[in-house]
Amino acid sequence: MTTATAPTTAPRRHEPVVSGPSLARLTGVELRKLADTRAGRWLLVTIGLIAAAIVVVQLFVVEPEDQSFTAFFTPSLLPVGLLLPVLGILSITGEWSQRTALTTFALVPRRQRVIVAKLAAVVLAALGSVLVSLVVAAVGTLAARATGGAGAWTFDWQLLPYAAVFQVANVLMGAGFGLLLLNTPLAIVTYLLLPTVWSVLSAMITALREPAGWLDTSLTMEPLLGPDVTAGQWGRLGVSLAVWMVLPLAAGLLRTLRREVS
Amino acid sequence: MIEVDHLTKRYGPHTAVEDVTFRCETGTVTGFLGPNGAGKSTTMRMICGMTPPSSGGATVAGRPYRELPNPGREIGVLLDASAQHAGRTGRETLTLAARTMGVDRGQVAAKLDLVGLNDTAARRRVGAYSLGMRQRLGLALALLGDPRVLILDEPANGLDPEGIFWMRGLLRDFADRGGTVLLSSHLLREVEAVADRLVVIGGGTVVAQGGKDELLAGAGTLVRARDQHALRLTLDRAALPATAGADGGFVVRAEPGEVGQAAADAGLVLTELRPAGAGGLEQLFLTLTAGASTKEAVR
Repeated sequence: MTTATAPTTAPRRHEPVVSGPSLARLTGVELRKLADTRAGRWLLVTIGLIAAAIVVVQLFVVEPEDQSFTAFFTPSLLPVGLLLPVLGILSITGEWSQRTALTTFALVPRRQRVIVAKLAAVVLAALGSVLVSLVVAAVGTLAARATGGAGAWTFDWQLLPYAAVFQVANVLMGAGFGLLLLNTPLAIVTYLLLPTVWSVLSAMITALREPAGWLDTSLTMEPLLGPDVTAGQWGRLGVSLAVWMVLPLAAGLLRTLRREVS
Repeated sequence: MIEVDHLTKRYGPHTAVEDVTFRCETGTVTGFLGPNGAGKSTTMRMICGMTPPSSGGATVAGRPYRELPNPGREIGVLLDASAQHAGRTGRETLTLAARTMGVDRGQVAAKLDLVGLNDTAARRRVGAYSLGMRQRLGLALALLGDPRVLILDEPANGLDPEGIFWMRGLLRDFADRGGTVLLSSHLLREVEAVADRLVVIGGGTVVAQGGKDELLAGAGTLVRARDQHALRLTLDRAALPATAGADGGFVVRAEPGEVGQAAADAGLVLTELRPAGAGGLEQLFLTLTAGASTKEAVR
């Protein structure tokens, strides 16, 4: 089919040669969906604003001689990491709460492709958020220099992949919860309550303290914010993510594939 | 072309759709008729791969829907006009679909224009749309990939009379150019004007199907007598299945000759005796809403 081209004025194509949308195309569509509603846009803007706000706070509370690039970068990761799961959840559950799944799956009936594209889109968003953190840290460093702080450009480059893993894990955990529960408020509340439940339970029940070190993601992900992660810490992180990210994603994918859309 | 082959859907003990079989030929408009809850939407969702059937199957353009690589380019689907993100604009809704299908962006404006959504409407968020506007947007979405098959669930819902008239013309034209249309409705009159074939569903099963003219012709006999009570008894005695019409007469599933003979034998004076036509189909349709006993009445 290189030479035969249908005249564009033909009312209909009798022999349509149509290939399915590529994953890259679908990811592009899903990225667009993250930002094309007022709610979605504000969530993205809020993530950026919070990262910026943290830097401003650092300018005031951190001793001037300690105001370095790293000192601005690392603290901005935490609040962003709290909102990214919400982005992950909304990107999945929005299709069901707004019932757009009916259109989405009519155009792409192989639902797993839509899910993979959605996961790719939120991972890209998470990586983008790390870039935002870098930018606001750079602006903060410049501001620190202007206001009499040290403003040292010291940065341990190890922090960058750690930050990426941290944010990607956050957003994918959210997406996993969304995929499994397919209900926005339920997924958000469950996700946000989980760490609290862990800390309350492990405070009350001593037997839970050891497993918490392997399963409580708020503990296992903490080392990612420091300069070094030991092999043991990677192990704990892997176990906790297998339970709270891989398992919900896998079970949620199965559920989404089988679920009736109406 | 759409082929529906023994589709059945059970929800626990409840059977929503039972053994539904029909075909929609190229170049025709098929009206899928039935009262609310008859199983129309469930059947259409099964055709489009949204609902897994308990048994049976369906193909569109020769393949099960889920196996179509880019279905939007072959089949335009409108299952529920309200199922759109309230926060997106009409144009954005179409743009997302155009990107997914790989359709030229110019088509978005062209299709919006085709369904009569102007620039102002296209820029508004779908949440602010009336049901009629959502139907038009849904139709634009279905037509966006220039498909050869249209599957539309209650597309006339919420449209004003002018809009319904416009849609009929659009669907007729689509079929006349070699397209296939399956559209559902719970209003016979709405479908009658545009459909070539009718599939009537009640209580999850197909109770009648065929060419529109043939169905309307075979819709029984309308009979009226001075003594309605005596007529009822006579018809019952002659074992002619009759249902009481809304305005006093009876619709009988038999030829006018048979009914006339029965009346003559009983010495009844008839005031009206004629093929029921559309009224008969409507009667059949009304009785469908009465419940499961209808199936017997029809056969």
